[in-house]
Amino acid sequence: MGVNTIHWFRKGLRLHDNPSLRDSIRGADTLRCIYILDPWFAGSSNVGINRWRFLLHCLEDLDASLRKLNSRLFVIRGQPTDVFPRLFKEWQINRLSYEYDSEPFGKERDAAIQKLANEAAVEVMVQISHTLYDLDKIIELNGGQPPLTYKRFQALINRMDAVELPAETITCEVIKKCATPIGDDHDDKFGVPSLEELGFETEGLTTAVWPGGETEALMRLERHLERKAWVANFERPRMNANSLLASPTGLSPYLRFGCLSCRLFYFKLSDLYRKVKKNSTPPLSLYGQLLWREFFYTTATNNPCFDKMDGNPVCVQIPWDRNPEALAKWAEGRTGFPWIDAIMSQLRQEGWIHHLARHAVACFLTRGDLWISWEEGMKVFEELLLDADWSVNAGSWMWLSCSSFFQQFFHCYCPVGFGRRTDPNGDYIRRYLPILRAYPAKYIYDPWNAPEEVQKAAKCIIGVHYPKPMVNHAEASRINIERMKQIYQQLSCYRGLGLLATVPANPTNGPSGSNVTGVNTGTSQGPGGSSEEQYVQEGTSRTGTQQLLHLISFHVLFTFEETSSITFLKTCFIPRVFKKR
Amino acid sequence: MLLTTHSDGSGGSVLLEVRGGGSADCDWARLPQELLLHIFQYLPLLDRAYASQVCRGWNQAFHMPELWRCFEFELNQPASSYLKATHPDLIKQIIKRHSNHLQYVSFKVDSSTESAEAACDILSQLVNCSLKTLGLISTARPSFMEVPKSHFISALTVVFVNSKSLSSLKIDDTPVDDPSLKVLVANNSDTLKLLKMSSCPHVSPAGILCVADQCHGLRELALNYHLLSDELLLALSSERHVHLEHLRIDVVSENPGQHFHTIKKSSWDAMVRHSPKFNLVMYFFLYEDEFGPFFNDEIPVTHLYFGRSVSKEVLGRVGLHCPRLVELVVCANGLRPLDEELIRIAKHCTQLSAIGLGECEVSCSAFVEFVKMCGRRLSQLSIMEEVLIPDHKYSLDEIHWEVSKHLGRVWFPDMMPTW
Repeated sequence: MGVNTIHWFRKGLRLHDNPSLRDSIRGADTLRCIYILDPWFAGSSNVGINRWRFLLHCLEDLDASLRKLNSRLFVIRGQPTDVFPRLFKEWQINRLSYEYDSEPFGKERDAAIQKLANEAAVEVMVQISHTLYDLDKIIELNGGQPPLTYKRFQALINRMDAVELPAETITCEVIKKCATPIGDDHDDKFGVPSLEELGFETEGLTTAVWPGGETEALMRLERHLERKAWVANFERPRMNANSLLASPTGLSPYLRFGCLSCRLFYFKLSDLYRKVKKNSTPPLSLYGQLLWREFFYTTATNNPCFDKMDGNPVCVQIPWDRNPEALAKWAEGRTGFPWIDAIMSQLRQEGWIHHLARHAVACFLTRGDLWISWEEGMKVFEELLLDADWSVNAGSWMWLSCSSFFQQFFHCYCPVGFGRRTDPNGDYIRRYLPILRAYPAKYIYDPWNAPEEVQKAAKCIIGVHYPKPMVNHAEASRINIERMKQIYQQLSCYRGLGLLATVPANPTNGPSGSNVTGVNTGTSQGPGGSSEEQYVQEGTSRTGTQQLLHLISFHVLFTFEETSSITFLKTCFIPRVFKKR
Repeated sequence: MLLTTHSDGSGGSVLLEVRGGGSADCDWARLPQELLLHIFQYLPLLDRAYASQVCRGWNQAFHMPELWRCFEFELNQPASSYLKATHPDLIKQIIKRHSNHLQYVSFKVDSSTESAEAACDILSQLVNCSLKTLGLISTARPSFMEVPKSHFISALTVVFVNSKSLSSLKIDDTPVDDPSLKVLVANNSDTLKLLKMSSCPHVSPAGILCVADQCHGLRELALNYHLLSDELLLALSSERHVHLEHLRIDVVSENPGQHFHTIKKSSWDAMVRHSPKFNLVMYFFLYEDEFGPFFNDEIPVTHLYFGRSVSKEVLGRVGLHCPRLVELVVCANGLRPLDEELIRIAKHCTQLSAIGLGECEVSCSAFVEFVKMCGRRLSQLSIMEEVLIPDHKYSLDEIHWEVSKHLGRVWFPDMMPTW
């Protein structure tokens, strides 16, 4: 009997640098590339229209590329655990390939599929190509723990073996005689659905600012490198008003979906650098974007609670406020702060915002102004942001809300000042908040301060046509910095007066005292120092409620173990309702 | 019988070693109460509660007064918080059986008014308490401010009147007022050592002056700038008054263009003379154009935090007039390089050991110069990566080596993820 193989696309939506697909084809008689439409975005079906549209573009592009190789893409509806046994039988499959997925949900799903494959005597071929490195090796190099600071991560990267070269692109030569049985009813049964078929309202939908697909990705890569070569400057680009707008050389969504191989990008960057800088060694900062992504994948891979505060060993337990009304205002761009609202508008319309814009809105929602949990912000980004995948999204939110990774919390992005300094003229605001278009630059960032005549002339009265600011920033940031300080002082057992020293610099600074939880003598005096110190030791943190047990002492961070009791994440999410075919 | 306990330090398990004693069996039910007390002190409340269900002896131990000296009431509503609250039955039990044991008490409330009111209700019932420490802590929005003022004041007054030996009091962001401070002073003037009352809008300078005049043991004080006066500083430096250790002042702008009064240099001088080692911590939340009254004269500030954008010019004045400066944190400045200002600070602020820069700009050369001048006394150097502007001498990749060299340890700027 011949070898009938399935290649299962999840991420890695490309034909270049796809080693598991390449291996799958070797010696196979038939090949079917499938994509399973299932709640795929780990954790929820909370996916907005832009992300679905991007995905469908990717699938169409794959289908078109496969057509050139006399093959097709098979889009299959259902849950993988139901779909595979059926396909194994129907197509007489004896080989299955897919790209390794490092995320905890992905690993669990794949373990279940591996089991099914073993039972059906199907050979499974898996290769790493979504990350630069084998993440388990990085963790091993760090003594079995994921690195918790970016600096440590960089140090480990320096010691790793070189990144593997991208695999050769799948072409007719690679496919050779491997055939794909295509039925006449292929389009009906396995065609890429449209947005309408998925239940979306598409009337009034503007053209995608970020078109999906491998073809587009590779084109953008070329442009990106061209621009870098022309500038001949590999330094971090200075932020200006233009940087806020979607760039035709932006690559992050393509990396997330795997339309662009991170390894290809890595090597092309290295080659370009060597060419322009005459063979000197590229510094790590050249790969900033790729390494941050790698860092968050590494910290997340063994932590199924990575996207939560509760039960997450690397997350500081912060008493965030529960306030659905305030959250909605933020998510819908109705905060009354034009800078914040414009950013959230761009996000909702286009699916991408500059990373400094992300810092601004994330800070505003969490530790800066609203004191709302980062988990809520993460969910909104998950819905709207094209390049937000589970690990990177959760990790970034924890970072930006100072919930992890030993971040200093003193720098707060002002929702007025930061925007004003970035784009003094306010064109970005005018573009995404047309209601404020007629405001002069002087008042466009804080229109509530504009005199009545100015507001009337701009035909936009604050409180009527555009909301009043939902918080008093000075007051809110004052309260919040105090809250963060309270929390970090308890965590680090720091008893001094400085703000900076409350945040420990790295995990190797062990706790100095035993007073994070526990010893409840009540009569002990503090070891000298201020009565504040005595006060904090004696009067607080002694209830021993469950929550205290989650306070991170650095012992806990060091003894962080792989959770063996991964709760089986049943794929019981409410999938989008598909229109019946 | 020799008993050793080994705690794992995180409040989790306790290993008990019992040696000797003669008999082969050890009757766990009949351990001496002192031993049980010692062991129970290592256990978090929940575990202790479980232990108390084991037998009568352990149940008695659970209720020993020594275990109820400290308590933190956590008051949260599910609608406004993700955290769990202290169980209402437990609260009832404590009030019934242990209120006269309580000495160090704090209340942590979430942003709901109900939680703050619940805290006030408990306070009102602490009639038999002789508290040494009381803390009212809002973990999110200042919900004590939403409680009807009279309800809050009467609850607080119960504690002031009954405790008579309050040593530490934390009542930031509450509607405490001058009359209640008078009650505090009338009953606790001999014992009061620490008073934190930032952002208490109903207190007047006269109210706090009363505290300073009567409570001569006051070592730590935190308040807002509008309460600060020359008289207050002089009262704190009077002969009868102990050395002040920490003074924290929050300078907050309610409305743009607000005017702030000035404090005479002579008042600060008196403070320094009286308490040469005292720490002056100042938090500024002002608009850029409100700094007029500040930093025109020498001021003995040690820890300085600018929570909003502060101008280059003001930072220049800081360099000239803050010789005792130990920590400086600048949240934002605006995009003009702070080169000269930093160098001046390095030169004049010889005690500076911690600096944090957020949204600012400094050229790499000036930064290296700054670090060189400060040298190894800089134990905290927290600079956002975007602050450093590469120039002809140093690129970003080179700068961290230079700085590390001068600091004597490996140093990197603070980074934010780029997606």
